Amino acid sequence: MAVKRKAKPAEVEEPGLSPQTLKQWYRDMLLIRRFEERAGQMYGMGLIGGFCHLYIGQEAVVVGMQAALEEGDTVITSYRDHGHMLAAGMDPKGVMAELTGRRGGYSHGKGGSMHMFSREKNFFGGHGIVGAQVPIGTGLGFAHRYRGDGRISVTYLGDGAINQGQVYESFNMASLWKLPVLYVIENNRYGMGTSVARASARTDLYHRGTAYGIAGEQVDGMDVVAVYEAGKGAAERVRRGDGPAILEMLTYRYRGHSMSDPAKYRTKEEVNRMRTEHDPIDHLRQRLIDSGAADEGELKELERRVRERVVEAAQFAQESPEPDPSELWTDVLAEA
Amino acid sequence: MPDVLMPALSPTMTEGKIARWVKSEGDEVRAGDVLAEIETDKATMEVEAVDEGVLAKIVVPEGTEHVAVNTPIAVIAANGEDVAVHDVKPPAPKAKPVPSRQPPEQDEEPVPTAPAARAERAEPKAGRAVPSAPAPEPEYAGKTVPMTVREALRDAIAEEMRRDDSVLLLGEEVGEYQGAYKVSQGLLQEFGARRVVDTPITEQGFAGLGIGAAFAGLRPIVEFMTFNFAMQAMDQLINSAAKTRYMSGGQMSCPIVFRGPNGIASRVAAQHSQCYASWYAHVPGLKVVAPYTGADHKGLLKSAIRDPNPVIVLEHELVYGETFPVPEDPEFLVPIGKARIARTGEHVTITAFSRMVKLALQAAEELEKAGISAEIIDLRSLRPFDVATVVESVKKTNRVVSVEEGWPFAGIGSEIAAIVMEECFDWLDAPLKRVAGKDVPLPYAANLERLATPQVEDIVAAARAVTYR
Repeated sequence: MAVKRKAKPAEVEEPGLSPQTLKQWYRDMLLIRRFEERAGQMYGMGLIGGFCHLYIGQEAVVVGMQAALEEGDTVITSYRDHGHMLAAGMDPKGVMAELTGRRGGYSHGKGGSMHMFSREKNFFGGHGIVGAQVPIGTGLGFAHRYRGDGRISVTYLGDGAINQGQVYESFNMASLWKLPVLYVIENNRYGMGTSVARASARTDLYHRGTAYGIAGEQVDGMDVVAVYEAGKGAAERVRRGDGPAILEMLTYRYRGHSMSDPAKYRTKEEVNRMRTEHDPIDHLRQRLIDSGAADEGELKELERRVRERVVEAAQFAQESPEPDPSELWTDVLAEA
Repeated sequence: MPDVLMPALSPTMTEGKIARWVKSEGDEVRAGDVLAEIETDKATMEVEAVDEGVLAKIVVPEGTEHVAVNTPIAVIAANGEDVAVHDVKPPAPKAKPVPSRQPPEQDEEPVPTAPAARAERAEPKAGRAVPSAPAPEPEYAGKTVPMTVREALRDAIAEEMRRDDSVLLLGEEVGEYQGAYKVSQGLLQEFGARRVVDTPITEQGFAGLGIGAAFAGLRPIVEFMTFNFAMQAMDQLINSAAKTRYMSGGQMSCPIVFRGPNGIASRVAAQHSQCYASWYAHVPGLKVVAPYTGADHKGLLKSAIRDPNPVIVLEHELVYGETFPVPEDPEFLVPIGKARIARTGEHVTITAFSRMVKLALQAAEELEKAGISAEIIDLRSLRPFDVATVVESVKKTNRVVSVEEGWPFAGIGSEIAAIVMEECFDWLDAPLKRVAGKDVPLPYAANLERLATPQVEDIVAAARAVTYR
């Protein structure tokens, strides 16, 4: 894939990136991958209903970005959100139990795959309408500035959302008022079944803030180190009060848009090429081995622990009871 | 030793065909590897492995049709495991799903659903989530001062902004211009541009921005220059503001006020003249108020600002200039969800809200001359709706007329008709009559506009009709 790298391909011996950090990122990405595979399987078993949008292939984006943030920074995204939640440190059990619509889910079973939140982890959803999270994320930035708390809002959107009008309403206000918002465009090349080239008059999406004076940068979203570095730099500028910034992450989703998407709009060769040549997890694993930062046995043990966590989450999600029928009527309004 | 189950690849799939096995028995399998292709009625899709090991056994051969979802179709052995000890028989075609690793209660229904019967038992009467009755409204005995509705609104905002730094005002022309309808006069001067924020003309954007700020704990008052323009922001109001608390299992709060003039203005034609009361009142997760008097404008707006939920405050351009005695006490509040008897009467109940209260009161004067004593209920709150006050009045008068500026179909009057049918049908001596805006886009021509809008004489005629006088 054609990527204009800001930084050259990062090396393990990069100053500041310890083997521990890289191993942690490997673990975090792998957790998302295994979690999503399990979710796909449970969907197949009828344990998860409705829409379920898997994040497989895009793991480097959220893991790299999360590492670039500070405590108290807020995160919001749309409906392909499982990876964002796990990266934010939310419990895989609670996320999986929400997918199965059970009491132990983050929304007690009332939100499902697309609607989960964690005030504790500063994750503001989980929103189901394409693009609607962008003004809301801009509002999170507004609140940070209003309070002067030095925090930033990281607002994710996809290459599909980028053509929604409210995105530009948000860009305008964020730039006008110098709001601390970092817009992260996850360009996974397809908005459902429509490729970027078929939907966007210009396909280099990081330029989309130009009219509003927002600097954009294109990043190899399949390389967690490149994501981290770009994220770190952009977050610093945003935090400093320079106003919003845009990062376009060039990434790829291996699975269909949702579970029932046969993905006829792209070739198997294309998918296979991305999986074999650009997989963010394989790539980092090889890097860890080659540099001697980790040995095979250590990684196998790490992989086993990740699998265990996912199995535990899946088990919890099946054993947690359905919400009590009385829950139908709760949480509509807060008590005044 | 994990079984590979026939997956459901869409919310509706119950069975499918094994089109092709991509892996063979004895093949090494990694998580994510494609094992087989499944054909459904819609498409051919791939089944991927979730577990690692060796494909020990293919239970359902390729070409098999009508394989039920959740049937074991293959066995993956972890390295070193012996497949022979794990005997899986191929199921007969169209077999019932074999529950292998599901909890027992999942046998019949793979998709968890709350049984309807149980859900119904928890349902409040008439399907309405009726909140506990609001506290009785305390009699206000303090000092009042005569002021216009626009001044009462301004005072409400100013008092709440003084009281709580998280309250701010956001909207088009609210600051430098001092408010398109002069409601926010003086606020920029007192509170500064940090808290009185002039927005670009970008309704969906600033509504969403306000909602995000509210999620983060601020208490924005978002002014729509008129509610006609809020249609641009409708998705944010309904999908983001109203539903997020529920969808988050109560974790998220959206303490926000959306306010501005609603209803029929004067000679501005269809796009700028419309009542949205029934649109917003339809939506669970919102509160909706539509006051008439100065005291109610002040007291309800203050309650709305302090409320932890999204509140829609429907004002009226033609009421802004009216003068009423308004309580001076900054702690004066009007509870949301409580109607007000604007005039007591014996023979007919007339419900109205916003500017229509004024016309209903004028109609009552006319009716009085004809010996008909009308009870006027100023609804004030449309969601939650004060069912008790309306029902009590109808039980006394046995007749009811509803008045609104909005269109009749599926309007507030339609809801009142349903409430009266459900709650006090036996007390009715006549069918309810609706006085509403005519079922047309509002015309510009002065004579047509008057014809399209409820008039005092329409209310008088309706009251006469239901009292047969």
